[in-house]
Amino acid sequence: MNAATSAEPSVDWRDDIFDVLQAHDIRQVCHVPDAGHARLIEHCQRSNAMRTIALTTEEEGIAIAAGAWLGGQRAVLLMQSSGVGNTINLLGLAKTLRFPFLTLITMRGDWGEFNSWQYPMGQGTPKVLEAMGVLLYSVDNAAEVRATVDAATRAAFNGGQAVAVLLRQKLIGIKDFGNKKA
Amino acid sequence: MSGATLQRRPLVKQILVGADDNLLVIAGLGSSNWDVTEAGDRTLNMPLWGGMGAPVGMGLGLALAQPAKRVLVITGDGDMLMSLGSLATVAAQQPDNLAIMVLDNEKFGETGNQATHTSPRNNGPTDSGAGTDLALIAKGCGIADAATVREASDVPQLLRHLRTKPGPVFRVVKVMVEKLEFVMPPQDGAHLKDRFRQALLGHP
Repeated sequence: MNAATSAEPSVDWRDDIFDVLQAHDIRQVCHVPDAGHARLIEHCQRSNAMRTIALTTEEEGIAIAAGAWLGGQRAVLLMQSSGVGNTINLLGLAKTLRFPFLTLITMRGDWGEFNSWQYPMGQGTPKVLEAMGVLLYSVDNAAEVRATVDAATRAAFNGGQAVAVLLRQKLIGIKDFGNKKA
Repeated sequence: MSGATLQRRPLVKQILVGADDNLLVIAGLGSSNWDVTEAGDRTLNMPLWGGMGAPVGMGLGLALAQPAKRVLVITGDGDMLMSLGSLATVAAQQPDNLAIMVLDNEKFGETGNQATHTSPRNNGPTDSGAGTDLALIAKGCGIADAATVREASDVPQLLRHLRTKPGPVFRVVKVMVEKLEFVMPPQDGAHLKDRFRQALLGHP
């Protein structure tokens, strides 16, 4: 199984992520609703091999991932940059228990963001993750998503690290409400 | 005062009696950790020294990964109050092998016995809670089998429900406020995790 090199480039980078998660035997997919991850979440919901777990807050995903690892399964946490702030204390579990942890983060407040409320946590996200000892991978080019998520997954589950992939807003596209002016 | 008569240490010992390889236990930080450890420092216990709010989520991830094993989360009212949303997350998954026992003394025991929200309202100026009913919250979240236990005569049934009844099972047990000895398991989290996995999976 070599997700990085086995397939032709997919039509959508979210499909690439699904392929990589499947190839690395990720079994529990924790998520909050997220437009950026929506297509990936739908793929996971249709998969017989994966269990999707809708969270009420992102920190639950850290606890679930720790429990999954205790039980011999691999998990991933899909969230938005605004959710990273909700996870800080429980991110400490990754360091204390030294369990492999993988999170894929869709960025807001990052590239041409229209909503000023998204900037503080969006801009704080890399610093917060670094402060908690999480390795950062970043991708803003669709052609590099597959290789980046594959490398991050290997760092997590082969290298025993806590790893975050920042899916930059340049990759996801700028969300706006059209040309409405206040 | 809650008027509780059950003592947490003998209760937990009774609940864990005869625990074998089929029982996986997550213990919340503080008193629940010491209670579970006094009953026996098992490799298939994961006693937490931190991570407040994590036990229910951890129990859920473990229960989904190990559907043939029984997973029992034992934690306190303070910890449960910090992660009420996780009860809705459990309800959405309906793991039939997960049981949660909340030892509710209506106090934040580790920080000086301040009233938690499960304390009655108007219990005195420094001891007033909100009368929060955790079993009702669990039920409202979608965990149909949720109840509060207060009497010693109900403990044998509590034991059966926590250990064998198809879940998710949620029980609040009203326990006395007591000053008890610290009975501590190893503190190294990586060691606790590795020995748990070694015992369960045959490798760390």
